[in-house]
Amino acid sequence: MSNVLTIARRELQVYFSSPIAYIVLAMFGVIFGFFFYSAVAFFQTFSAQAAMNPGMAPPLNVNQFIIEPTLGNFTIILLFLAPMITMRLFAEEQRQGTIELLLTSPVSDYEIILGKWLGAMLLYACMLTVSLINFAVLFYFTTPDWRALAVGYLGVLLVGGALLAIGEFISTLTKNQIVAGALTFGVFLLLWVLDWVNQYSTTMVGKVCSYLAFPPHLQQFTKGVLELKDVVYYVSVIVLGLFLSKRSLESIRWKA
Amino acid sequence: MIKVEGVSKRYGSTRAVRNISFEVRRGEIVGFLGPNGAGKTTTMRILTGFLPPTEGRAIVAGYDVSEDPLEVKKRIGYLPENPPVYPEMDVEGYLRFVARLKGVPSSEIPSRLENALDRVSIGHVRSKLIGKLSKGYRQRVGLAQALIHSPDVLVLDEPTVGLDPKQIIEVRELIKSLAGEHTIILSTHILSEVASTCNRIIIINEGEIEASDTPANLTARMQGGESTEIEVDGPAADVERTLAALEGVERVTRNEDANGHASFTVDATTGAAIRAELARAVVNAGWGLHGMRSAGMSLEDIFLKLTTEDHEDLRQAENLAHGHQFHTLPAAQPSDDAAEEEKGEAQE
Repeated sequence: MSNVLTIARRELQVYFSSPIAYIVLAMFGVIFGFFFYSAVAFFQTFSAQAAMNPGMAPPLNVNQFIIEPTLGNFTIILLFLAPMITMRLFAEEQRQGTIELLLTSPVSDYEIILGKWLGAMLLYACMLTVSLINFAVLFYFTTPDWRALAVGYLGVLLVGGALLAIGEFISTLTKNQIVAGALTFGVFLLLWVLDWVNQYSTTMVGKVCSYLAFPPHLQQFTKGVLELKDVVYYVSVIVLGLFLSKRSLESIRWKA
Repeated sequence: MIKVEGVSKRYGSTRAVRNISFEVRRGEIVGFLGPNGAGKTTTMRILTGFLPPTEGRAIVAGYDVSEDPLEVKKRIGYLPENPPVYPEMDVEGYLRFVARLKGVPSSEIPSRLENALDRVSIGHVRSKLIGKLSKGYRQRVGLAQALIHSPDVLVLDEPTVGLDPKQIIEVRELIKSLAGEHTIILSTHILSEVASTCNRIIIINEGEIEASDTPANLTARMQGGESTEIEVDGPAADVERTLAALEGVERVTRNEDANGHASFTVDATTGAAIRAELARAVVNAGWGLHGMRSAGMSLEDIFLKLTTEDHEDLRQAENLAHGHQFHTLPAAQPSDDAAEEEKGEAQE
């Protein structure tokens, strides 16, 4: 476990001693802020209209109108930023030859993989912290249901974990960061749009595709509903990503 | 300390290392010598647990590399060909990271860090980013990284590559100073390096061990006594006869260059000082003495001999070392051997 922390700590150190962390956090802060502002502005117009026309309005709810859409859109940003976080994880080590240091140190492959994933997750947690500033404002002026928000954040954390695990795996496949980044983005995008199949296909294939896609599983979380099947989905994607990374790391040894 | 038994490594259909076996005792410095692509790095990577061997066993400090890789890795310090440093980290941070990774207890890290910085004298750049350091310093950081957990075994892959002559000397001194407490395996293709630092040389070529001995023995084995090359202007056959008749001369070989100039390689029996005699004989006979130089077989020659010729020639070279005369042998040997020998000589 201490090895995992050693590696995670170094990863975090690298993110923060290079521009990566600052760019990612700043971009995220701006874009998320805009999403949040849009949701608030829309909510404001909508409630103004509802005040004039009481018949059309459903019960107005901050959770439903602000928290749910903002967290739902959250993953769009993640789609772009997660590859930037993960593409260097192993590609850089392979290019620099530092992978030899890791693989000849008394650390197991899983410790290396978990350490790197944890490092990426911690940076991601920093992103989440940045986003919390927006909701702090919300809590200052109104009283949304904090439990629903917490569940929403849990969902967002899980989506991030899953994407970072897949990204980590892809990063073990190549020495080239750009290749890793592009490939990761492609895979994320595909997983993102995969549930479109559900709209024109009612067969088994359609159901499977829609189950494999990321967004449908997040919907329940952002509503504040904690469902076991969604948790299982994300956790299994994380485990799968880490497992594939482990196999791929083994093959680095064979190929080297 | 290190025991390698019949280790082979195959990459697809190519065999990088074939059935290598050797042993290294505690405190020894052993040098792997071989041309590029001979299998030195592969062998080292197997020892460090980076690569699994296809066949055979490697035992380091009592642990099998394939069965107890973590135990082996705790006891090995490894400097790969390119120092495995992170350019975006500072020297001290990097070494702390490696120390933790190698399992050094955190209470000991400060003292180990100072010790390692001191050993390779990089204390004055401790807070610099590694990416800003010169190649020589990066190499030293790499060495410090290999030393920091004071491992029993040090595996250094071409430790002096890219250093300037002064740094090379420093690194060699450092390596020598580490012997005794550490067992060291280093690889190089620079012969003077093994000659000056190692107790034992293992010559690897095309994945196989060609020779394994002390530098002195290798030199002695390949070459009986001292040999002198002499250039004489005179009737070649007469010169050859005259020189061969001198006392202490074991063998005279005539080499003719493309322009028809003859030079002779004179091998003396061990310990005989024959240069003055040679000069006198030539002058007395009224020939012109154009030049004379020592043609002692250096490690370079041995290395080239071992790595460029085939095994038949190697055996002949060994015969030679045991005092047989090339020129009287062919009659007693199969004719294709003689042809081989001609070829070998032409190469020389």
